[in-house]
Amino acid sequence: MIVVALGTPDLAVAVPPGVDALSYPGPAWSPYLIGAGIGVLSWLTFYFSDKPIGASSFYAQVAGLLGKFVAPARTGKLVYFKDNPPRVGWEFVFVVSIVFGGAIAAVTGGEFVSEWLPAMWVARFGDSIALRAFVTFAGGFLMAVGARLAGGCTSGHGISGTLQLNVASWIAVICLFIGGIAVAMPLFNL
Amino acid sequence: MSNPDTTITKPREGATSPEAALPALVVAALFGLAFGFLLQKGGVGKYHVLVGQLLLQDFTVAKVMMTAIVVGMAGVFTLHHFAKANLHVQPTKVGAQIIGGTLFGIGFALMAYCPGTGAVALGQGSWDALFGMAGLIAGSYLFAAMSAWLKRTVETWGVKGQVMLPDLLRMPRGVFIPIFALVLIAALYAMERFATR
Repeated sequence: MIVVALGTPDLAVAVPPGVDALSYPGPAWSPYLIGAGIGVLSWLTFYFSDKPIGASSFYAQVAGLLGKFVAPARTGKLVYFKDNPPRVGWEFVFVVSIVFGGAIAAVTGGEFVSEWLPAMWVARFGDSIALRAFVTFAGGFLMAVGARLAGGCTSGHGISGTLQLNVASWIAVICLFIGGIAVAMPLFNL
Repeated sequence: MSNPDTTITKPREGATSPEAALPALVVAALFGLAFGFLLQKGGVGKYHVLVGQLLLQDFTVAKVMMTAIVVGMAGVFTLHHFAKANLHVQPTKVGAQIIGGTLFGIGFALMAYCPGTGAVALGQGSWDALFGMAGLIAGSYLFAAMSAWLKRTVETWGVKGQVMLPDLLRMPRGVFIPIFALVLIAALYAMERFATR
């Protein structure tokens, strides 16, 4: 056993099998090509729509629309929805279209998975859909509060804000990765 | 006329805006389709690629983001220089961005998909993204419910206004941007050299 361990590269020893992200398929296309494409797309959204790319405000709009439907009086009084009236606008159509764009890419590339549990999650946490549902819901919940507080998400701050050299976005994205790494590392390595 | 290299928003040239040529929501749909398509082909709708970034095993997310920043920055500031685009610089609120960014990161580690890539994950048939989207909607409502209080407290901590990196270093944008692009390209080179993926 010692001989095997010595013969393996250091990094491979540190990562238990199953929770090594590199043992699963990577991106279909070069990340540099994709990054350049997203960069060019941001020129187009600035030029044609006078908008930066962003995703998280969509969820706030859906929350506001649902809130207006379920509890109109209460929802109407909330400061955030007074400042940002929920409506089916540019961001709403943009994010709904992301789902279809992702579907077209997945189907044409033979990567449409149709699964409730990601393989790497199963390798680490088992095959309970209820556990994945709870953790994912909690993750989304925290992310939404964080995104609204910080003023954006991985798209709005992480791409659009950083490329405009916005100090707010660089602070947010650095904290995002620190927070994410600090939780993911013990979650997968302990 | 004010100098576009020191301003953030200003009236754009021309009597008709380019977006008047096409209905705004049709344009939004085309851009959304393109963004979702690119993200999926870039592998960033995949659970293990996103978690792999936070585990510092897979640098795909950082490569995509940093390349997008270099390319996007070059074009957006060029458009802005020629008065063809407005900048959308969010006000810096140090407390809100530190706490919000960290909370976002914690949630990101749990869900693995972010608000945009969650939509991509749904499109590629990763149905667990639906639970996360429900959480994003619920969390957004909780934020709205707390918004009056947050506006009085956290959002007043370290308010600096619309600040950009070159302002902090007191450098002209025309000097800062090429230097910063080189720094990002060097970081990309280092990732390509030292990271497996």
